Amino acid sequence: MSVDPRGLRFAAALTATMLALVLVTGSGLLLLAQTAVFAVAALIGLHASPYAVLYRRAVRPRVGPPAELEDARPPRFAQAVGFAFGLIGLFGFAAGLDALAIGATAAAFVAAFLNAAFGFCLGCELYLLGRRIVSTPSHARI
Amino acid sequence: MITGKGLRGRSVGEVMEIGVGVLVVAVLAATAFGLWRRRVDGRLKQPSSAVERLTAVDLRAPLGERATLVHFSSAFCQPCVAARRVLGEVAAMVPGTSHVEVDAESNLDLVRHLAVMRTPTVLVLDRDGVIVRRASGAPRKADVIAALGAAIPAEA
Repeated sequence: MSVDPRGLRFAAALTATMLALVLVTGSGLLLLAQTAVFAVAALIGLHASPYAVLYRRAVRPRVGPPAELEDARPPRFAQAVGFAFGLIGLFGFAAGLDALAIGATAAAFVAAFLNAAFGFCLGCELYLLGRRIVSTPSHARI
Repeated sequence: MITGKGLRGRSVGEVMEIGVGVLVVAVLAATAFGLWRRRVDGRLKQPSSAVERLTAVDLRAPLGERATLVHFSSAFCQPCVAARRVLGEVAAMVPGTSHVEVDAESNLDLVRHLAVMRTPTVLVLDRDGVIVRRASGAPRKADVIAALGAAIPAEA
């Protein structure tokens, strides 16, 4: 499935803003809301994310059709990674482990910020590195 | 030093100040990284280490008569789409140049041997298969043409 890359940048900007607010206000509730957005995007699909809905309704009509499309799978994987970090952060909030809460939120913020500001997809970059680590070299196989 | 209880001993105001501090550091660090990345991305460089040669067996494809453009790609790789297009256009333009695409995931031994860290990674080989230029990220068309100028000796 292909998506409008500007919608992805828009969603990343909103995500980064939400996570920055979590860091500034210390609000676990805001992190809960953002984690729910990650969950919807990862589990149901990017189109179902409230940020995507907002983009389609408020931004897209003003900017016209996209010049190119992007594969939806890496960004969706990135939402799943965001969801995982959100859960870790929420656990930190719930358990009173503020350092964990701040750390997980900051990590998710950095990924969203890099995507929004530079179009950089952290999850995509880590994918090959992960495959290299996980698979065994053929000369090592018996 | 982070203890098991985290920052519980501090007031809410202090924890929030830490949050703001962390945010500022995160923005600065991410911006520095993003700007650096934008500069080096797709830049074709001479390999820093010893001379490395690839053969037709390594690539599972014949080498070009005068040069070969090798593209390590993977599924789900958006910049690979741009790289594929650029390399295809240049190979069509410059006679004796072939364009070989290597799927990183099914060639992990080669990926490890060449220390390929991400896709797209582009290698420019001369007619003997020696790697003369290398880029991490999708290179610009003009830069690929310039790299071929380095790979193909003037009289060939």
